[in-house]
Amino acid sequence: MTTSNLYLQILEWMPFVLQGFVMNILMSLLAIVIGTAVGTFLGLGQLSLNFTIGLPSKLLTQLFRNAPWLVLLFYCIFLMPYQVNIAGITIELPSWLRATIGFSFPVAANFSEIVRGAVKSVPRGQWEAAEALGYSRKATLFRIILPQCLTRMIPPWMNLYALLLTATPLSMIVGVEEALGRTQAAVQAQSDSRVLIPMYAALLAMFFLYTWPINRLSLVLERRFRTK
Amino acid sequence: MITDIQTFFRELANSGINLTIFYDAFDFERFITGLGNTVLLILASTFFSIIIGAIGTAILTSGRAFPGFLVRSYVALFRNTPLIVQMYFFYFAIGSIMPVGQNELGLPEPLLGSFSWAVISLSLYAGAFNVETFRAGVGAVHGSYEEAAFALGYNRRQAFFAVTVPLALRFSFASLSNNLVDLTKATTVAYAVGVAELLYVSNQIWSDSLNTIEMMNVMLVIYLVLTGAVVFIINRVEAVMRLPGFGLGDNQ
Repeated sequence: MTTSNLYLQILEWMPFVLQGFVMNILMSLLAIVIGTAVGTFLGLGQLSLNFTIGLPSKLLTQLFRNAPWLVLLFYCIFLMPYQVNIAGITIELPSWLRATIGFSFPVAANFSEIVRGAVKSVPRGQWEAAEALGYSRKATLFRIILPQCLTRMIPPWMNLYALLLTATPLSMIVGVEEALGRTQAAVQAQSDSRVLIPMYAALLAMFFLYTWPINRLSLVLERRFRTK
Repeated sequence: MITDIQTFFRELANSGINLTIFYDAFDFERFITGLGNTVLLILASTFFSIIIGAIGTAILTSGRAFPGFLVRSYVALFRNTPLIVQMYFFYFAIGSIMPVGQNELGLPEPLLGSFSWAVISLSLYAGAFNVETFRAGVGAVHGSYEEAAFALGYNRRQAFFAVTVPLALRFSFASLSNNLVDLTKATTVAYAVGVAELLYVSNQIWSDSLNTIEMMNVMLVIYLVLTGAVVFIINRVEAVMRLPGFGLGDNQ
């Protein structure tokens, strides 16, 4: 087979791999939404002066931040039920959904740290000034500190999303049909060792083209917010 | 003593918590091998990734255009693609064109096994992050230190290695410890190319002994201890290397 034929053959498989990549994007979008929502509560919990809220939030954050993604993924894949019954309605939990939930844990823990870090980055003087003006701790946090934090949280949040997307192919190990699994299947189907390098290089390029702009934009935004 | 421990865990197994690794010699041996491989992966990849980070930073600060572009491309490529895909690319794609040797039985044997590829791929991945860390560390050293070295008759190279590097290293520790914790966690990905590390052997053990939950909890605890150990060691090194009077963390 000539080289041009080889590339045509690889090109034929690209839609199949790209469909898998859409799965990666879907999982990452769902996980970032869940993770951000849970992480917001965990992060605010970490700032709580109440011992019963602060301590569990800190422990959970550290636990899920320091555990390997793959281990958390295994937890969710093996220990979550295949289906749940809520009020007589059976909801199926396919492996991609369980994997997505598995990715949400580390995302939540990382976002919790982003929230805490952003709040801590606001100078202490602002807390003191607000206290002098008679603001309660709650009012200071929600009306003075957090509005300033939002812009500071966007760049690390985008980095977190990029990190999450590059973690999604791990779900291939537990049998989710995404880009890496499909690339592997495509390589096996072609049974030609010459396609190995171009196929995997194409997959790397796919991830790079999606993630690189996000990280670049995050860097630009970080510089812009810093000067303010 | 050992029999006491074994008896205790056998009895614990009867009550529902089946930790085979503490009473079954075969499982124990597998588990220790896995743990050893994980520690070996961490040590080897840490070593090579720091060297890669140092070389990359030296090239970037030398100010030469083309080598600098190559380093920046390397960092961008490895930071923006999944580690597992990189590992597959090295192990399956690059591995397919590597020369094949022969083992003592005359059977074909690849020159580099999955462990070597895992170390190469983990080192390159963590190395990309270390380049950025060390580069930021060099950037954090105030220009006046270099100028002072010039005034004392140092040339550019001498000033870089004798003044900038030692200070930059001290600025890099916080970020470096972050990178190495990430590397420790990333060693689990070697599971995908069949390296018999902790996750891999745990999977074998729970497949044989049907104690998934127990093994997962053991594994989680071990990884938390390993990441904790990495942070502790870096903090110790940082404390030992601290320069009295050189305020770190309070904007010089």
